[in-house]
Amino acid sequence: MLERDGYATHEQISSRFPKVELLVKPKAVIECYENIPCNPCSTSCPFNAITIGKDINNIPQVDYDKCTGCGICVHSCPGLAIMVCEVLADKVRFKIPYEFLPRPIENEVWQAVNRKGDVIGEALIEKVSLNNRQDRTALVQVLVNKEFIYEFVTIRRES
Amino acid sequence: MISKDLVIIGGGPAGLCAARMAAEAGQSAILIDRNAKLGGQLIKQTHMFFGSEKQYAKTRGIDIAKKLLDDVGSYPELIEVWEDATVVGLYPDKVITVLKQEKYLKIQAKAIIVATGASEKVLAFENNDLPGIYGAGAVQTLMNVYGVKPGNKIIMVGSGNIGLIVSYQLMQAGVEVVSLVEASPNIGGYKVHAAKLRRYGVEINTSCTIKKAIGKEAVEKVVTIKLDENWNEIPGTEKTYEVDAICIAVGLTPLTSLLSMIGCEMKYISELGGLVPVTNKYHETSIDNIYVCGDSSGIEEASSAIVEGYLTGLIASSKLGKKHPKFAELVDDFQSQLENLRNGPFGAKIRQGLKKLGGSVDA
Repeated sequence: MLERDGYATHEQISSRFPKVELLVKPKAVIECYENIPCNPCSTSCPFNAITIGKDINNIPQVDYDKCTGCGICVHSCPGLAIMVCEVLADKVRFKIPYEFLPRPIENEVWQAVNRKGDVIGEALIEKVSLNNRQDRTALVQVLVNKEFIYEFVTIRRES
Repeated sequence: MISKDLVIIGGGPAGLCAARMAAEAGQSAILIDRNAKLGGQLIKQTHMFFGSEKQYAKTRGIDIAKKLLDDVGSYPELIEVWEDATVVGLYPDKVITVLKQEKYLKIQAKAIIVATGASEKVLAFENNDLPGIYGAGAVQTLMNVYGVKPGNKIIMVGSGNIGLIVSYQLMQAGVEVVSLVEASPNIGGYKVHAAKLRRYGVEINTSCTIKKAIGKEAVEKVVTIKLDENWNEIPGTEKTYEVDAICIAVGLTPLTSLLSMIGCEMKYISELGGLVPVTNKYHETSIDNIYVCGDSSGIEEASSAIVEGYLTGLIASSKLGKKHPKFAELVDDFQSQLENLRNGPFGAKIRQGLKKLGGSVDA
């Protein structure tokens, strides 16, 4: 569990996702479970889709009507706790933050990893972006099997 | 003897911000730091900061340092910076002795802001003096200031934000973190930091501590042991890891020896990290015109040190006769920022500590 082991339960994870129907378009999923004093996700969103409010200890709330899944909050979150999720026919597309070297390259296949750090399958790297505004946090777009929607969290290079 | 109305001791986030706000108010000052480079701990903090925009949230510590240094550097006629200079004495008549380039210098000040930060706590275990056992500060300095890996396989002790963040930085540097142990039953720092480690495969062992280090010339192995609910070791739960480094991140304690020396009223408050000076709402100690801000007044996040620095610089200059044109507005703003930063569950400890100290949560 989160307090002892550092990974969220399935209930916690799914509570942070919008309804699957909404995910036909990319949407931000914010895994911020604690009231910590922090609000860059909210202030960085160009569509005012994320609300924290005056007390910066509040947990962010996403307005999915406004969220376009642009991914700016993903690299703006100091806790690297945000990803963008989009459900396709038989795959799920994620945009995740990545701060390790070497960075993945388009069309490579990396390991798909869950929140416990276990390899659950394969992740096809679709796109890797890193511009100055991202301040050294790369945004990696990957495709994984649909069954991993609530499991996938990051990628690891085959060792 | 040099005469100066305002002297700021310590050029970390609190001291830099105090200097900047003093300069904005038109108050000149000498800013003294014992390191070769100003910036305090910020110069080794490669992670993005929490907080809000006003405390430079989502900016990396290393870039906040640059920003704060630029701010101070834009007042060269007002702020005189002494680097590589160590304050070795502070006396009740506000005379400061400084060791600078192998010479002792004396400054007669009217007001002094002490922003000396904190030192790391240590942990007692067998062989804790073997080479390869570091404090988290040293690990960050080696890696992020000098580009030197402290080891190849490391164990982290302590799950506060420092332990969690430094573990992540070690992994970024290509060091294997074999385990993170925490004596408490729960992770101490932000869970978002813990989640990052876990997803990259670091096991987090709560209710677990270090029993001993093993090695001849340097650390070769470490033995951990589980703790029961009364923090007693549970025999038979020992686990041995092969490591070449151990990183200790078990908390900080305020560096207040200069304030003790000058005779400020001090109080031991565990929630604030140890012995701290008693202050009023305006960060003034029991001695007139002696101020304290940042970690030396109680251990907190750097975001709070930044705001406390601004507030203290503002107040100290005002009392010296240089009142910032937006004084009242800024004091309100800084106090509400501090209140906001300390408002959540992670601020509970500091709120309680400040209450015991007799101060207020927005100071």
